[in-house]
Amino acid sequence: MKNHRPFRIVGASVLLILTSLAMPSIAEQVYVSNEKDNTLSVIDLDSLKVIATIEVGLRPRGITFNKDFSQLYICASDSDSVQVMDVKSQKIIANLPSGEDPEQFALHPNNKDLYIANEDNAVVTVVDTEKREVISQIDVGLEPEGMAVSPDGKWVVNTSETSNMLHWIDSSSHELVDNTLVGQRPRHVEFSDDGKTLWASSEIGGTVSVIDVATRTISHEYSFHIPGVYKDKIQPVGITLTHDNRFAFVALGPANHVAVIDIAQQKVIKYLLVGRRVWHLALNSDETRLISSNGISGDVSVIDVKSLTVLKSIKVGRFPWGVAVKP
Amino acid sequence: MYLRLHIAILFLASSAQLATALTTEQRNIPVLFLEQSQIDTPVLSNIRKTPQTSGLDGAHVGISDNNTTGRFTGDHYQLSASLVKDSNEAIAAAQAWVESGNTLIVAKLPAATLLKVSRDEHISQKAIIFNISAKDDALRSSQCRPRLLHTIPSRAMLTDGLAQFLMSKRWKKWLLLRGQHDEDALFSAAIKRSAHKFGANIIDEREWQFNADLRRSAQSEIRLFSQSKDYDVTLIADEIGDIGEYIPYNTWLARPAAGTQGLTPTGWHWSIEQWGAAQLQNRFSEYAKRDMNDIDYAGWLAVRAIGEAVTRTRALGGDAVYQYLMSDNFQLSAFKGRSLSFRKWNGQLRQPIPLVQPNALISQSPQEGYLHPHSEMDTLGYDRPEVSCAFEASTL
Repeated sequence: MKNHRPFRIVGASVLLILTSLAMPSIAEQVYVSNEKDNTLSVIDLDSLKVIATIEVGLRPRGITFNKDFSQLYICASDSDSVQVMDVKSQKIIANLPSGEDPEQFALHPNNKDLYIANEDNAVVTVVDTEKREVISQIDVGLEPEGMAVSPDGKWVVNTSETSNMLHWIDSSSHELVDNTLVGQRPRHVEFSDDGKTLWASSEIGGTVSVIDVATRTISHEYSFHIPGVYKDKIQPVGITLTHDNRFAFVALGPANHVAVIDIAQQKVIKYLLVGRRVWHLALNSDETRLISSNGISGDVSVIDVKSLTVLKSIKVGRFPWGVAVKP
Repeated sequence: MYLRLHIAILFLASSAQLATALTTEQRNIPVLFLEQSQIDTPVLSNIRKTPQTSGLDGAHVGISDNNTTGRFTGDHYQLSASLVKDSNEAIAAAQAWVESGNTLIVAKLPAATLLKVSRDEHISQKAIIFNISAKDDALRSSQCRPRLLHTIPSRAMLTDGLAQFLMSKRWKKWLLLRGQHDEDALFSAAIKRSAHKFGANIIDEREWQFNADLRRSAQSEIRLFSQSKDYDVTLIADEIGDIGEYIPYNTWLARPAAGTQGLTPTGWHWSIEQWGAAQLQNRFSEYAKRDMNDIDYAGWLAVRAIGEAVTRTRALGGDAVYQYLMSDNFQLSAFKGRSLSFRKWNGQLRQPIPLVQPNALISQSPQEGYLHPHSEMDTLGYDRPEVSCAFEASTL
């Protein structure tokens, strides 16, 4: 029995090499956290089918990969921890100390420091993912939620939902150095690839603010109008930007649409109908596909970026929340 | 909206460049919590009493929320509580508050006292009063006062919210059962107004006339009290909980009950957890060691509205804060899934109305399909054309 084992592994790897030769690109996979099922759904982006469902901690929300996609970090809000999943084995290999009720987080470009928003107690926790220990906790406003780190690693920005502020944290000193007041209930922040602008959604204000990073002031504000949908129901949450800074996609919550913004024209050019209560968005690696998580309808929508059309809805678990794509 | 926001941001940004420089120059924002003690009317049922600290605890949590934001703006909010016995004391306390240069008052006062305070010439010019407990429709329709704002929903808002739900279920035939107190008459008047507004049919209205102890005899007496030809639902108007608790399940016909008992419209309930409300519920129960009720929520709303106006205007109270509260720029995010604002015609905070049963949130009005040219929330309560008082003209 024992003697056969190495042989089998060799056999398997040969097979793997052969298949990867036959199919030049292995299909990308979409990971979706299901807030009310305590699971992740894994979707094959070629076949558009759920290929695995993985049990994780309680109330999983924000998810993000490390740089080489070998590990997935999961905010398990009700377990009060950030879980680390080994992507290959799909097993949880560690629980990071995260502070209470982690909701969203962002990984520093150094691939080591994880900045976590602790919704219940008005702090941002900084965790060293290698040593698995808390480096620092920074006081921020009420109900911290959105997190982003600038591409150059200098700025860490957190949104506080009830203080209605963006908090600017210097990543070298872990000190809060500035605040920008935005519309009601800021939920999500996203830096442009060049690091010059920061996008922030205000869920109850119904707007998306574009902030000039150099001055930390609002340079432009987008609002949204969908025929037949009440202004009140347009509640922007997730934002994702294309690398070429051409498009910004905004998930509009209970308006059940994703807005497509042409950044150069500063204009919303299309509203895409997706599932109910759309939370978050992610692009695949070559940015041909956009995936939205639709909380109430319990599915994700797959959007073709070139034609700006919705291709398919895929049923996942209950209350899908976070989305991340593994190439 | 733009310019205003932008200016505020520029101000913040420039004054915040030096890290914690902001907190060195602290600005104090004093808020008065003015409460008139009330003796509870004895009730036939042994229902749980409303906590004495209703409203005050909510205001305290609002103050602490404001101060969390205040760390970054250098603002410090302080609540002074004043418990008075009658309307004269209430006027005296409010006058003293205004004379010492303050303007912000959160009021837990009966309607009559509230009117006297808000009409007092020494107070009315300067103070901004937030009514957190009086649900009287008169305060929003014929007797509204400038600078008197209401964060507690009116009875009309509550019954409109309930009526929309019942109509969406096609429960159109109502049997109205009411208690003997003045408040019950007001609540049943609101029910009748809502029935007329949304097209329900009140097949009969009955007032409870007996003194029997219903804890022992409800099974026989309520059956007779509700004996009638076909109705879809019984509507109960019993605000203090005298008989209403015993009506569900004891009715002549097998019909649901709604109103002050059964399916109940309210400003707030502990079972609300959507839209991030769990955060507020947690903060409240940690502070007060009990569940948050509608008066607590109205107190929290009042203090949060103050905080929002102070943060955006950088004014400490007075005219600038009042004008901002009444402007199109004012928005308050308050865990009900919509942005809340004050009605310009009567100072009522427009807000969705949760419909609850004791252990769950059943629905939230406005219901789908009830449309309004300005805001769906304005299908609840007194709309502009129904209001006769000159609130607006004297607003700005």
